[in-house]
Amino acid sequence: MAKTGENELSDICIVYDRVRWEEKELFEKATKLGHTAKLIDGKTLSVSTHDGSVSNGFGDIVLQRCVSHYRGLYLTACFEFLDMKVINSYMVAEVCGNKLLTSLYLSKHNVPTPKTHFAFGPEVAADVAGKLGYPVVLKPIVGSWGRMVIPVKDKDVMESMIEMREEMPNPLSKIYYIQDYVERPPRDIRTIVVGDKVVTAIYRYSAEGEWRTNIARGGKAELCPITKELEDICIKASKAVGGGVLGVDLMEDENEGLLVHEINNTVEFRGASSVSTKDIAAEIINYAARMAR
Amino acid sequence: MKVSCQECDKELNVPDDAVKGEIVTCPDCGSDFEIASVNKSEVELKPAEKVGEDWGE
Repeated sequence: MAKTGENELSDICIVYDRVRWEEKELFEKATKLGHTAKLIDGKTLSVSTHDGSVSNGFGDIVLQRCVSHYRGLYLTACFEFLDMKVINSYMVAEVCGNKLLTSLYLSKHNVPTPKTHFAFGPEVAADVAGKLGYPVVLKPIVGSWGRMVIPVKDKDVMESMIEMREEMPNPLSKIYYIQDYVERPPRDIRTIVVGDKVVTAIYRYSAEGEWRTNIARGGKAELCPITKELEDICIKASKAVGGGVLGVDLMEDENEGLLVHEINNTVEFRGASSVSTKDIAAEIINYAARMAR
Repeated sequence: MKVSCQECDKELNVPDDAVKGEIVTCPDCGSDFEIASVNKSEVELKPAEKVGEDWGE
């Protein structure tokens, strides 16, 4: 780690498996701020239990930015095994990459979150949904960009979904994550939390004809004011899952107010950057440099 | 920078500031390619990884 004036300069490594806008932005910002930055393709890496030298060449800290959840997760486990500093930690990646664990952690730490139910077989899944009353929301435990998130309007749709899920080869598809349907405006809130700071918040409006608000689904971004309430909930949610660089997503329940429904471990911030007055990439790089010390 | 699509052979435009690891899509056939290397004005592509069930944020 070098020192220039009052600023400690770090050697920051961005591990990717495809370079999105965000990884490029992080790399360029780190370089601009005077740090040494490099981009390393996670798909080219191998780690051994008996060869610690693998950790050479990654610098002071790694920003794990793989698109593939499992590749990022297990690379993080290996990096930590090699005593390397990684953002985010394995435990954070494990919890945030799994909606069931996220819901459990949020609830355990009294973070307002939608009521969510887990069923471990097809019959009990149908029973749970029936007792809740339709509509309910069915989500895969692992997955992102709103993929396979289904608003289940009635018993027939639920039964079809269960039949389909039982035929899927992925064992996780047989664990049912059933969430109360939240009556909300056609938008949700994405906040970018870096350490103990809510850097920015945006509203994400659903694209026309789309129920989900994900930017990846064509959702549109608009700046959202960071109120004290929003800030407190986001910081509490971030702490509940272990903290780091996170995308905390919230819905505005018409009756219960703000509810955190998801936390993203390798947060995409292109949409947020397009409307935010804050330099999100610079905030992340400054945080990484602080953590590297 | 220009390079031929490995699928349909049509010419593909790669932005000058493109870096290794970025994805380019052929506007003609829609195939995705990962930039394997960039050397001055020479760019090499390889087929991009298929979107996985665990992909996302």
